[in-house]
Amino acid sequence: MTTDTPEVLSCKGLRKRFDDVTAVDDVSFTIAAGETYGLLGPNGAGKTTIISMVAGILRPDAGDVLVEGVPVSTRTTEPKGRIGYVPQELAVYPDLTGRENLTFFARLQGLSRVAAARRVAHVLGVVGLTDRADDRAEHYSGGMRRRLHIGMGLLHEPILLVLDEPTAGVDPQSRNAIMDNIRELAHSGLAILYTTHYMEEAERLCDRVGVIDAGRLVAEGTRRELVALLGERDRISLSVDGDLGHAEDVARLVPAVLGVAARGRGLELLVHDARQCLPAVLSALAEEDVRVRAVEVDEPNLETVFLHLTGRALRG
Amino acid sequence: MRASLLIAAKDLRQRLRDRSVLVFTLVLPLGLGLVFSLVLGDLADGNDVFRYAVADADGGQVAAVFTHQVLPAASEGGAITVRTASSTQEALRLVDDGDVTAAFILPPAFTARVMAGQEAVIEVVGDVDAPLGTGVARSLAESFTARLTSVRVSVAAALRAGSTRDPARLAAEAASVPDPLRQVEIPASRRELDATTYYAAGMSVFFLFFTVQFGVTSLLDERRAGTLARLLASPIRPLSVLLGKLITSLVVGTVGTAVLVAATSVLMGARWGHPVGVGILVLTGVLAATGVVAVVASLARTSEQAGGWQAVVAISLGALGGAFFPVAQVGGPLAVISLVSPHRWFLRGLADLAGGDVRAVLPSAGALTAFALVGFGTAYLLGRREVRL
Ligand SMILES: Nc1ncnc2c1ncn2[C@@H]1O[C@H](COP(=O)(O)OP(=O)(O)O)[C@@H](O)[C@H]1O
Ligand SMILES: [Mg+2]
Repeated sequence: MTTDTPEVLSCKGLRKRFDDVTAVDDVSFTIAAGETYGLLGPNGAGKTTIISMVAGILRPDAGDVLVEGVPVSTRTTEPKGRIGYVPQELAVYPDLTGRENLTFFARLQGLSRVAAARRVAHVLGVVGLTDRADDRAEHYSGGMRRRLHIGMGLLHEPILLVLDEPTAGVDPQSRNAIMDNIRELAHSGLAILYTTHYMEEAERLCDRVGVIDAGRLVAEGTRRELVALLGERDRISLSVDGDLGHAEDVARLVPAVLGVAARGRGLELLVHDARQCLPAVLSALAEEDVRVRAVEVDEPNLETVFLHLTGRALRG
Repeated sequence: MRASLLIAAKDLRQRLRDRSVLVFTLVLPLGLGLVFSLVLGDLADGNDVFRYAVADADGGQVAAVFTHQVLPAASEGGAITVRTASSTQEALRLVDDGDVTAAFILPPAFTARVMAGQEAVIEVVGDVDAPLGTGVARSLAESFTARLTSVRVSVAAALRAGSTRDPARLAAEAASVPDPLRQVEIPASRRELDATTYYAAGMSVFFLFFTVQFGVTSLLDERRAGTLARLLASPIRPLSVLLGKLITSLVVGTVGTAVLVAATSVLMGARWGHPVGVGILVLTGVLAATGVVAVVASLARTSEQAGGWQAVVAISLGALGGAFFPVAQVGGPLAVISLVSPHRWFLRGLADLAGGDVRAVLPSAGALTAFALVGFGTAYLLGRREVRL
């Protein structure tokens, strides 16, 4: 996305090692106001590590995080007030009520008692918890707790919202509500950094996506830009019966197949030209007694992009 | 500071909703303190700390100095009471019946032996179940007979110098001269807490090492719950988080102990001593306990682990420091080792305070403060990575 909007977040050359694991390896990206940027990558790719450095709770080995040009570090306090941080783990106090949870963090953000009360009431409305505000969080459903958790990042009207897999372990209904919430926030001008390992979420929500694998940002761009990386390649979805792992191994050996990923009850194949290589794939599978029940040739998506870039599936 | 107070206020609200804090600060210490003071109350009880009998089978002048001067002087402070038994048999019976803790027996010819320059011994027969009281009696008797050695020398010298006075009178006079040794004995027995106060204080300081956990150890809970990340991402200094936890510990510890002081005074009749002195000891005691607990917390990975280790540390230091049994009064190496226990200093401070002078608590308060400073310093060095300072 090329706009004249000033950068809200700028990460430059971020690096972090844990003992012998390089969790984040020279990662740079920027996010503009009103833009939603997704970090898409499998578990262990380094998303949380990046987010922690952006939120100023983890010291990078190298590189800088700037929020509106102001450096963020573990020691700075001022720029942290511009960031709304929603960690991956559900971070609420179960023995406090929703209102108490929110009020505590609002006050920590420096809000006066009166201002905090006003913002808390507003945020309770945004996340749909006004009715249950004075129940303890331990009595909330999982989805409600998630919403409270996200609301805590909004209290101080940050200019950058950082969400680390906010839909993890949430029922589909709550998940949709959360996604709608985030979209609305983006419309209000917030810059949003969003990590996920769900391709669908990244496609639905994010203006731009950074594909992250083994600590490296392997590609970046809008969905259209990323899919264009695939060139003439096609995506084939196969539904198969029987041993999926075996089917995957067989498909991988077909020469025209560039990548294979098991997904649900089927396989996703990345191929050069679907029409040309489909017969070869089907006969190879038939030879090995793999029964194919359905075949679909699809538009490539971000999953395909990931497969193309890494040769592996986003989710195993 | 604002952030630390907000964190402490939040913690306290959580702790008040948590029944375990009430159990540890009030129910257990009060219950156990009461049990201990009832069961072990015979050890010493109130003004009537040690009850003795004396039987004078000698009837001579030197024996009379002991029965009519030394013992009455020793009982002046109210630390001991002495009753006169008509015979050795009666004295022994009083001990057997548990009416007295120990009996002094002045054997026949006690005075004569002193006059003749021979060794003279006061027998002390004590209740085996009251080693403390018997020990005090023995030291009273020994300090007197030890003095007789010098009396023998001075009587002999006077006679050689041609004194015409009755040697027995001379000996009695010499024996009754106040001796520094005796001056030490009496304050020593006076500087003791009665059993009720001792166990009330022992249980209070013992449980203090559990209650202060509710502050510093909750840092580990916050880390596991993920809320620590959220705290650290707030626009506050990381040190504020540590300080907030510290304040929580201090408030829970101080309020808990203050309530225990009041409750044991009213319900059990404990006599803690001058409020200012007690206040100084409680505050420094709470600091010391928090320091020790902070070190344990900084070594542990989870709050369960910390809780387990802290229980071991609290029980060890408590036992060593005399929270269950007055270790210091046993003497010997154990009494010396007990000085590594903050519990010991807390109880010692209270015992010193029982003498009436508030300033007497200062050495113990100083020792407790040293525990606190060493604890906080160590915990900071070990734990600062936790909050990424
Ligand atoms: N505190 C840590 N200590 C050691 N290794 C870590 C730590 N945090 C993350 N890692 C490692 O760094 C890599 C990236 O982890 P993470 O950032 O959590 O990935 P993601 O959020 O994308 O799942 C993983 O290999 C993980 O095991
Ligand atoms: Mg993660």
